[in-house]
Amino acid sequence: MSKKRVTALMFEILALLLLIVFFMPFLIILINAGKTSQEIINTPIALPSHLVQYYINVKNIFTNDNVKYFSGFLNSFIITSVSLIAIGVFSGMAAWVLVRTKTKYSYLIFMFFLSGMVIPFQVVMLPLVRLLELMGNFTGIQFKDTYYGVILAYIGFGAPLSIFLFHGFIKSIPLDIEEAAIIDGCTKPQLFFQIILPILKPIFVTLLVLNGMWIWNDYLLPVLIIGVNGKTRTLPLSVANLAGSYVREWDLILTSVVLAALPVIVLFLFAQKHIIKGMTSGAIK
Amino acid sequence: MKKKQNFIQRFFFSVFIFFLAVPLIFIYVPIRNLIKLFQRFFFRMESKENSYHGTNKILKHLDKYFIGYTDQAHKNRTFIYFLLPSMSAFCIFVITPFIMGIYFSMTNWSGLNTGHVTFVGLANYAGLLNDAQFFYSFFRTVIYSALNIVVINVVAFGLAILVTQKLKLTNIYRAGFFMPNLIGGLVLGYIWQFIYNNAITSLGGPFAVSILAAGGNEHAMLALIIVITWQYAGYIMMIYIAAIQNVPQDLIEASTIDGANAVQRLRHITFPLVAQAFTVSLFLTLVTSFKQYDTIVSLTKGGPPQLMPSWIQNLYSLGQTPVKSLNLMAINIYNTAFVEYKMGTGQAKAIIFFIVLLGFSLLQVHYNKKKEVEL
Repeated sequence: MSKKRVTALMFEILALLLLIVFFMPFLIILINAGKTSQEIINTPIALPSHLVQYYINVKNIFTNDNVKYFSGFLNSFIITSVSLIAIGVFSGMAAWVLVRTKTKYSYLIFMFFLSGMVIPFQVVMLPLVRLLELMGNFTGIQFKDTYYGVILAYIGFGAPLSIFLFHGFIKSIPLDIEEAAIIDGCTKPQLFFQIILPILKPIFVTLLVLNGMWIWNDYLLPVLIIGVNGKTRTLPLSVANLAGSYVREWDLILTSVVLAALPVIVLFLFAQKHIIKGMTSGAIK
Repeated sequence: MKKKQNFIQRFFFSVFIFFLAVPLIFIYVPIRNLIKLFQRFFFRMESKENSYHGTNKILKHLDKYFIGYTDQAHKNRTFIYFLLPSMSAFCIFVITPFIMGIYFSMTNWSGLNTGHVTFVGLANYAGLLNDAQFFYSFFRTVIYSALNIVVINVVAFGLAILVTQKLKLTNIYRAGFFMPNLIGGLVLGYIWQFIYNNAITSLGGPFAVSILAAGGNEHAMLALIIVITWQYAGYIMMIYIAAIQNVPQDLIEASTIDGANAVQRLRHITFPLVAQAFTVSLFLTLVTSFKQYDTIVSLTKGGPPQLMPSWIQNLYSLGQTPVKSLNLMAINIYNTAFVEYKMGTGQAKAIIFFIVLLGFSLLQVHYNKKKEVEL
């Protein structure tokens, strides 16, 4: 009994130590975000001497023209949230009809989507830029540096993984529910939006997390479609722009880094229970 | 012979019908339904649901399968309506550029809109055979990916085993280890650049020279692997946790009663049962390692310069050539395209990159699938 307890305690201590090691980088960044540039160079590991420096640094970032923090945040927020919902709903719709229509066509289409998972972004990025230019010239609708251009691109790139995960999940939903609903006079769209979509909630949350982290932090796609100086540029682009203009000014760079990462971390801390549950409930396989 | 021709004819006929049907479904059917609704609402007219009785073969097919009132037509319409949003986005933004890319890799496209794009056949691919820099990038990418995959999976599996023990703060540990994953590639690079270049060097002594600046050795790659492991291990850990939780408890208990110790249990029960998670995790880490781009750029701008290994120099009979130690394939492609303005060559590299990645992942999945056990 006591031996078991000692082992448990050892595990507990080991986990705690590892957690502290994992948090060290966060801590170093957080304490340095509250110092002047000179202080950071001289004493990077000490605690900040004047807490008011946090306020000054944050104010500097908010008023800096190279960052434009608020517009960057707003752009990131709009692009991420709209893309997430669109990917979720559209992929869910596609996956549902692909599962429920048992023909060779639906299997072929599913395989076609899956093939998109092995295409890395680097392979399509150069022609994509050209294609968007061509589409802009041809139709007169600009896809570069617009919200809908980026969002549509994310729907396309997010579809394979999302459809794959939804497909696996929908297969496990019993058909009886849908048959009962059809007998009660449900139309197909009603059936999907009022009955199937609520059932899909666990996997929907998992996808929100996976796609959300990807889209919020993505750099390569926005830098190509929006550009570093675009008017719809996202937060990672702002940070890159700032770090490019002030190479050694760590007070500005670190504060902007903290401000860029903060929204996601706060969101994660609030929804942590659901996220961890969704991720470990066996949905990702 | 005749039967085969018949099949081909039928196939092309159905493809033709399909392309005719899609615009009709999106323009004609909604308008017709609106009119019917209008009639029913204002004039109390019961609309007739006639089907086509003429002899025109095309109209007959269209009516029966796509725009009429038969069950089959209803089903097909729902199928198309539901599939089209993601399908069209996927085709426009992924498949079309991919096909365009195969064509561009055979041209001398520069990326500047000069209007002179000539078809050069396989010349770009042939040129890659003589490109020592690209071979070096390829070589470094393979080494980096192999090391990265091993380190991430070992760390992630260890963490997963640790947090599935009966600990008091399990949820906090899980959330804590997962948290670095929330930080994006670019921001991650800046954070660690600061830690390596400023925080660690300020300790003095053996740490005085930054690990990133020390050229001519493998330190920069080691630094990158630490960064990526810190970020990605928590995510892979989640996949292992999901798998470990699915291992039936009675199997573990039975083996304990039979006298198996912890290592034996891990080796003979847990490993085979989480093999599926291994397949997924190895695939994910392989793809991420290969695609690594933004972290390297913000961490080291491609890595400290060093000399190309002498065996590659001898292979291509070059003199001493400077290279950057973290010039991996993804970075090489980007630089070729947007710094040197050789889009055609860059795209050819990207296609090679795709084929290599596809080959490795198929090999890995095939090899790992054999080891999976069904319960």
